Amino acid sequence: MQTLVAYVENKPGVLNRVASLARRLAINIDSLTVGPTENDEIARMTIVAHTDARGAHRLEASLEKLVDVLLAENISDRSLLERDLALIKVLADQKNRPHLMELIKVFRARVVDVAPESLILEVSGTVDKIDGLLEVLRPFGVLEMARTGRIAMTRGGDLLRPPVALVKATELETTGSK
Amino acid sequence: MKLTGAEILCESLTKLGVRHIFGYPGGAILPVYDALGKSKLHHILVRHEQGATHMADGYARASGGVGVAMATSGPGATNMVTGIATAMLDSSPVVCITGQVSSKVLGSDAFQEIDITGITMPITKHNVIVKRAEDVARSLREAFLIASSGRPGPVLVDITKDAQQASCEFNWEASAPQLPPKRQRISYDQAEFDRAVELLNSAKRPIILAGHGIIVSGAMRAFQQFVRVGNYPVAMTLLGIGCFPANDPMNLGMMGMHGEAWVNNAIQESDLLIAVGMRFDDRVTGDLRTYAKGARKIHIEIDRAEINKNVTVDAALVGDAGEILDKLTPHIQARDLGDWVRHIQELKGDSAVRDIQSLPDNGHLYAAHVINDIWKETRGEAIVVTDVGQHQMWEAQYYHHNQPRTLITSGGLGTMGFALPAAIGAKFAKPDSEVWVVVGDGGFQMTMSELATIVQEKINVKIAIINNGFLGMVRQWQEFFYDKRYVATPLVAPDFAALANAFGIRGERITSRAEVVPTIRAARQCSETVLLDFRVEQEDSVYPMVPAGASLHDMIRRPDNPLVETATEP
Repeated sequence: MQTLVAYVENKPGVLNRVASLARRLAINIDSLTVGPTENDEIARMTIVAHTDARGAHRLEASLEKLVDVLLAENISDRSLLERDLALIKVLADQKNRPHLMELIKVFRARVVDVAPESLILEVSGTVDKIDGLLEVLRPFGVLEMARTGRIAMTRGGDLLRPPVALVKATELETTGSK
Repeated sequence: MKLTGAEILCESLTKLGVRHIFGYPGGAILPVYDALGKSKLHHILVRHEQGATHMADGYARASGGVGVAMATSGPGATNMVTGIATAMLDSSPVVCITGQVSSKVLGSDAFQEIDITGITMPITKHNVIVKRAEDVARSLREAFLIASSGRPGPVLVDITKDAQQASCEFNWEASAPQLPPKRQRISYDQAEFDRAVELLNSAKRPIILAGHGIIVSGAMRAFQQFVRVGNYPVAMTLLGIGCFPANDPMNLGMMGMHGEAWVNNAIQESDLLIAVGMRFDDRVTGDLRTYAKGARKIHIEIDRAEINKNVTVDAALVGDAGEILDKLTPHIQARDLGDWVRHIQELKGDSAVRDIQSLPDNGHLYAAHVINDIWKETRGEAIVVTDVGQHQMWEAQYYHHNQPRTLITSGGLGTMGFALPAAIGAKFAKPDSEVWVVVGDGGFQMTMSELATIVQEKINVKIAIINNGFLGMVRQWQEFFYDKRYVATPLVAPDFAALANAFGIRGERITSRAEVVPTIRAARQCSETVLLDFRVEQEDSVYPMVPAGASLHDMIRRPDNPLVETATEP
């Protein structure tokens, strides 16, 4: 499994181009999340792909060939913070509810909706953590689940910024030196 | 100045230096055609939109500039798909302009509406739909920039009919390309460069694999200098042919599936592959597990995505071939590689003696003779445009190109039907050059309707049909690998000479070796297009051949005496 981050133009069709490219390269995407950044015109993607380092290099380099992709980077080998968010609707009757609440506590999940026969839990964390919670919830009866897929960020001073600011900085530099 | 989107399109094309457009009109592109009529642009009416894209491609490959094809929405656009894919696989800068239904009805399955940007997404370098007249000029400028920069490729611009009809202020200066800012990657670091230099200066059996990238980069001079200083023998890919003179003693010829045995064996025995502007295609490497096992590898390539794709390399220099070669050459120590070069000459063995050209006339007509005679008669100076199949490989073997952009052929996609339209495009790009079409009887029948385009435009190309009554390359595979079960390869064709006459073109049929040279001479004398139908040996094969998936050294060699062997068959 390889994790890539891409900054793309925040406009229609770009997600299609990225997904189409992965399909063309015969690389299976495990999860792809996309959301806006602090700059409205730029979106950030986290792509988790079923491939090896060679495949990730090809995906990264091919992504950067797309006009609408500003930057793509394989961050699999770096020190990463990875998060996945899940909403899980689980059966909860009067009898098993106390037991359920204990587990929720252990996994640091939150109850965000309460109904007579069910609860909705919100949990965030690594994929392993959510998979673990899911495992223990299964016997209670998982009715519905929605997961965001992974987002990832390199830790500490290892910055991965979109190139816009950089380009502007160089522009300023050039104008300044003239 | 207020102009319609259609007028802006024509103005922009003119300002971008376009003189020729290959296209076919229709409802959704009609406003543009109306504006075309008032412009100085020369529109060439094709007979099928696939032809338009191949013409634009041939134009681009012959000129080094951008070729432009135009079609209407729906079927007009979908007919372009094969030509766009052909340009994509061979990195050819083609801009395709398609009409689209009005933006108000987009998405409603309107008449002749099709999602052509969706369809062509994986086969274009970029594509865009333009829905406002205000965006026409900028989109076109961006399309030309994208198509021709870096590793070139096709770009499609889909323009809705209302964007063509609406009027807006036309301001060329304000319509400069606004492409998203890209992270600037360092192509290679000093350590990588030093490693490459070290490999170049320590190899005992180096060989250059020269590809299309040298021609695209315009790096012929830099490349010759590099070869000269390093004394490296040069093997070429099919699309690399012309990047280095065929008559240079260091030029070994084409490598790969139908490369000469000494070229492939030299690659397998080498200790350093210097790959320049090529992508280790499977037709070039054969089985990757046994490919150049003893060789270190340097890859000079503009496309980072090609590095370590098929072959893992020891040093990768990402960037423009010419610039990198110019940087490398001063660091190369001239060394005596005489033993290695002599060894390669020995690998040639008696090939020259066994050459089909030097064998006596046995009453049979062979494609190799025809192509070699065309080479001799044109002194190797013609632009030759080939189709795909046996004749394509024979052309690569028997027509010796000394200049870049003189062999135009569909390499990556292997598109039958490419030759005739691509040659028309090449002729428009190089009106003063002699242009020959070398095409099989199968491929010719795919796009022969473009003969009418030739007549309508009054252009002069020479068409040599290598007619063996078979889909020859497929037949050859059936002969070698399917016990001669010739399923769906015997091919009925019309009388091509009579067909040419019906179009108003002179046509000749040639059945014997003695007629070949006189007919070629007569055709060259003629100031109009001439079609020559060479009825060649039916079951001749291209040798050597590396079977698909076999090791590069594992070739099916030429029979000892092909003439005698086939001549004695009943």
